[in-house]
Amino acid sequence: MSSGLLFALGGLGIVVIGGWALVLRAHLIRKVLAINIMGSGAFLILVGAGSMGGGDVDPVPQAMVITGIVVAISATALALALVLRIANATGKPALPEDRERDLMDEEGM
Amino acid sequence: MKMAGRPAPGEPGLLLRTGLALLLAAVAAGVGLALFAEPVAPGLAGAVEAELARSGADNPVTAVLLNFRGYDTLLEIAVLTAALVGVWALGPAPRSKETTPSPVLLGMNSVLIPLGALICAYLLWAGTARPGGAFQAGAVLAAVSVLHILAGRRPRMHLPEAPMRWGVVIGLAVFLAVGLGVKGAGRHFLEYPVDLAGGLILFVETAATLSIAVILAGLFIGGRPEDEP
Repeated sequence: MSSGLLFALGGLGIVVIGGWALVLRAHLIRKVLAINIMGSGAFLILVGAGSMGGGDVDPVPQAMVITGIVVAISATALALALVLRIANATGKPALPEDRERDLMDEEGM
Repeated sequence: MKMAGRPAPGEPGLLLRTGLALLLAAVAAGVGLALFAEPVAPGLAGAVEAELARSGADNPVTAVLLNFRGYDTLLEIAVLTAALVGVWALGPAPRSKETTPSPVLLGMNSVLIPLGALICAYLLWAGTARPGGAFQAGAVLAAVSVLHILAGRRPRMHLPEAPMRWGVVIGLAVFLAVGLGVKGAGRHFLEYPVDLAGGLILFVETAATLSIAVILAGLFIGGRPEDEP
């Protein structure tokens, strides 16, 4: 198994973990973290798959990932600013339908 | 700690969890199948290598970022600018606490801030031939600004009539101006003339570095600074 394939499969696992948390967690900062984790997985898939062809490493996926990282950072910052606004306005960092939920997920899963 | 059983009100039910698990399994299976598919496509490394001499940059990643896929990078800077505009639109920056920074931080800063500026300049210059470039250089400069902010100050360009917003837009503005400026004589938007490409790329990258640093530092501040209209 080439190391590129290993990275891509690892990234796929990370995307799945992030997707699970994004839908099921109620706390908005956890959702922001989950999107970031999904994004990191997608970058790993791109870079890993880009180095599977053998020979020279493909620079196009690398350039796409650099672009993606910067966009992910700015989107995260905007999302965190929105979370702060929501928490200040409503007293709870959660979406309206999640207000009643236990944000700390002490039950696990 | 509650025992498992009926979910509390508002908690995701079994149906949602099952559906989500199936969806994620389908995504994983689809991408996994694509990864194991044979044969592996040749990729674009050869195409980039063939055109590298005409791109104005010696590093293939820089050539892709600033020349072959210049649109991506232009729109990326637009996204950064838009994100900062969004954060500023949400309200003023939270007031930082007026505390005297620790002498350790100030001592570290007196070493790290000049060193960071030097690393930024090196990364920007190295980007044409080696790994490096505007984004790495801008990120280092932003880290320097964050250290500066943590010490209780704000990055401000002490130029007359040049508040932070000029730094925010200069990268996008220069990139757009260069992209439009090279039009004509049969060239498309962002299609650099071969003999000028190196200089134009460095010019665009310098402006982009400054903007990226100011924008990332502005995102760290987390709101519209008080003296910005």
